[in-house]
Amino acid sequence: MKKKLTGWLVISFSALSVLLILSALVYMVADIAWQGKGALTWEFLTSAPKDGMTGGGIFPAIVGTVLLVVIMSLAGVPVGTITAIYLSEYSKRNSIFTKMIRFAVNTLAGVPSIVFGLFGLGFFVQFIGSGMDKVAGGGGALKWGQPNILWASLTMALLTIPVVIVSVEEALRSVPDDLRAGGLALGATKWQTIRKIVLPNAVSGIMTGTILAISRGAGEVAPILFTGVAYFLPKLPTSLSDQFMNIGYHIYIMATQSPDVEATKGIQYASVLVLLAVTFGMNIIAIIIRYKLRKKLNT
Amino acid sequence: MVTSQLNNENIAMTKNTSKKAARSKRPGELFIELGIKSVAFLSFAVIILIFVFVFRETLPIFFPDKQAPAKQEVLQSETYGGDEKTSENDKEIQNRIDASQKMETSGQNGQITLENLASKQWQPVSANPQYGLWPLFFGSLKVTLISVLIASPLAILAALFSAVFAPKKIKEIIKPAIELLASFPSVVIGFFALMTIASVSQSVFGTQFRLNAFVGGVALAIAVIPIIYTVTEDAINSVPREYMEGSLALGATKWQSGLFVILPSVTPGIFAALLLGFGRAFGETMIVLMATGNAALSSINIFEPVRTLSATIGAEMAEVVFGEKHYTVLFLIGALLFIFTFALNAIAEFWVRNKLMKRFRGEG
Repeated sequence: MKKKLTGWLVISFSALSVLLILSALVYMVADIAWQGKGALTWEFLTSAPKDGMTGGGIFPAIVGTVLLVVIMSLAGVPVGTITAIYLSEYSKRNSIFTKMIRFAVNTLAGVPSIVFGLFGLGFFVQFIGSGMDKVAGGGGALKWGQPNILWASLTMALLTIPVVIVSVEEALRSVPDDLRAGGLALGATKWQTIRKIVLPNAVSGIMTGTILAISRGAGEVAPILFTGVAYFLPKLPTSLSDQFMNIGYHIYIMATQSPDVEATKGIQYASVLVLLAVTFGMNIIAIIIRYKLRKKLNT
Repeated sequence: MVTSQLNNENIAMTKNTSKKAARSKRPGELFIELGIKSVAFLSFAVIILIFVFVFRETLPIFFPDKQAPAKQEVLQSETYGGDEKTSENDKEIQNRIDASQKMETSGQNGQITLENLASKQWQPVSANPQYGLWPLFFGSLKVTLISVLIASPLAILAALFSAVFAPKKIKEIIKPAIELLASFPSVVIGFFALMTIASVSQSVFGTQFRLNAFVGGVALAIAVIPIIYTVTEDAINSVPREYMEGSLALGATKWQSGLFVILPSVTPGIFAALLLGFGRAFGETMIVLMATGNAALSSINIFEPVRTLSATIGAEMAEVVFGEKHYTVLFLIGALLFIFTFALNAIAEFWVRNKLMKRFRGEG
């Protein structure tokens, strides 16, 4: 009898934990959606802030975020993909070099995002940027040696590379070895086999990796705090050396430093809803793709 | 397990043979492999670069003489240069100027002493700045502990449920749902904490401060749960099936096997999960920046505001002058965060994982 009771307790407590976590998730989404939907209009998405940020929309912040993730993906996805190709196709399992890289990737995934921000400031802005300015001359005028969208995107790319590597490697490993053997047996070289046979079969994995990286990059704020984001800019960025606005940063400032939090509550919730919809939407797509991939793998 | 090992050996064999073939046939192949290898090396290089460049900005603390600003020298030579020829009256004025400059120097351009860093006050912007890291470290530790204490029982039990007890269909809902929770941007969690958790906690506990360590800890728990859950669940899934089957065959019930056989056998994995969760919470910035109140207090009361290491960087870096003392100290904090999470990762990676693998191979 006592045993039965303990068993019942163990199972119900663990089920309760799951329930609690899931309801927190549902509650957060519902709360934000409920309070944000009122202010979320087409105009909100397509107009600039006005009246000292108490009115208008978040169009420039959306544009800034999109530009950020595009540049970030252009820089980070190829590097992540190639690293994954190395790890899955070329690396010897127990060589020191492979272990080094694996350890580096894991470490990179665990570095706090604020440290990436400091690194971006110290390396890209202060070292590379200032260096470029010195080489270009121009009498000490700062062009690259200050925070801008390029440095912010590159910082974010470093942060998201591990995400890409993990997804792509998983996809590459799911390609059956028979295909590789077949390619090699037909006389193709190793690289030809990878390029023509393995990679096309891993496209979905590369897509998943890119999507997950974008969703991460769109939501992170700490790495861009000192590498290029601005609270308010009168015009959209037109060059890589411009600063930019960002939805996440916008939310942070509006929520913590707005003089009248109550008046802008609707706008704040709507901004959060936009950000959440973007990251959620992307993650759901990624989950579906991966689910199909795993199913294909298991059959 | 066995089949996958076989597969791996197969791959290794095809790799070796193909490499030999490539070497004898095409130099282009080698060139491509070299290119891919160097791109792969980039991740490692980035770690080194982070190390170098975050520490580079903290150098003035460790080598104050080499990095001392030139400004100081100019000031000194001016005062000493004028010293000899001035009348006594002038000398007195000079002395006063000297004294005031010394004051200023200790405030603005002087060296950052270890005593100052170890002091118990963080007042970087004041006539006599104090860079005591203790309250910040204490704040980080306090919030992190609260969050891990809340998150770990929930996450571990949830992992146990979805890996052992849950029917397959429910499992297929739980896993992606927690993945979604992991995808919550931290600024969104921070916002939710600021708006909702803070209000609820204040009305339930009747606290004096709306934003405090507890609110931050609860919010951080939301961010940490998915990590602890995922790592624990992976560990449980890596337990050989024989463990469960053997236990069931001996007449144990499912929950007994789960609680007394499976869970104890993955303690290193759970330990790794806790370490990683701890590291994530310790370095998390936006959530604590928005939800903890950011006052550098070191009190044991969990309902008082705290200021964490990471939030300090996030809040203050934008307002400091490049290369100045305050700037240097903020980089030092970043360097400490980096070392700390690096160490946690290394422990989780090498020690724990090796131990787990050994145990399942029956070696330890």
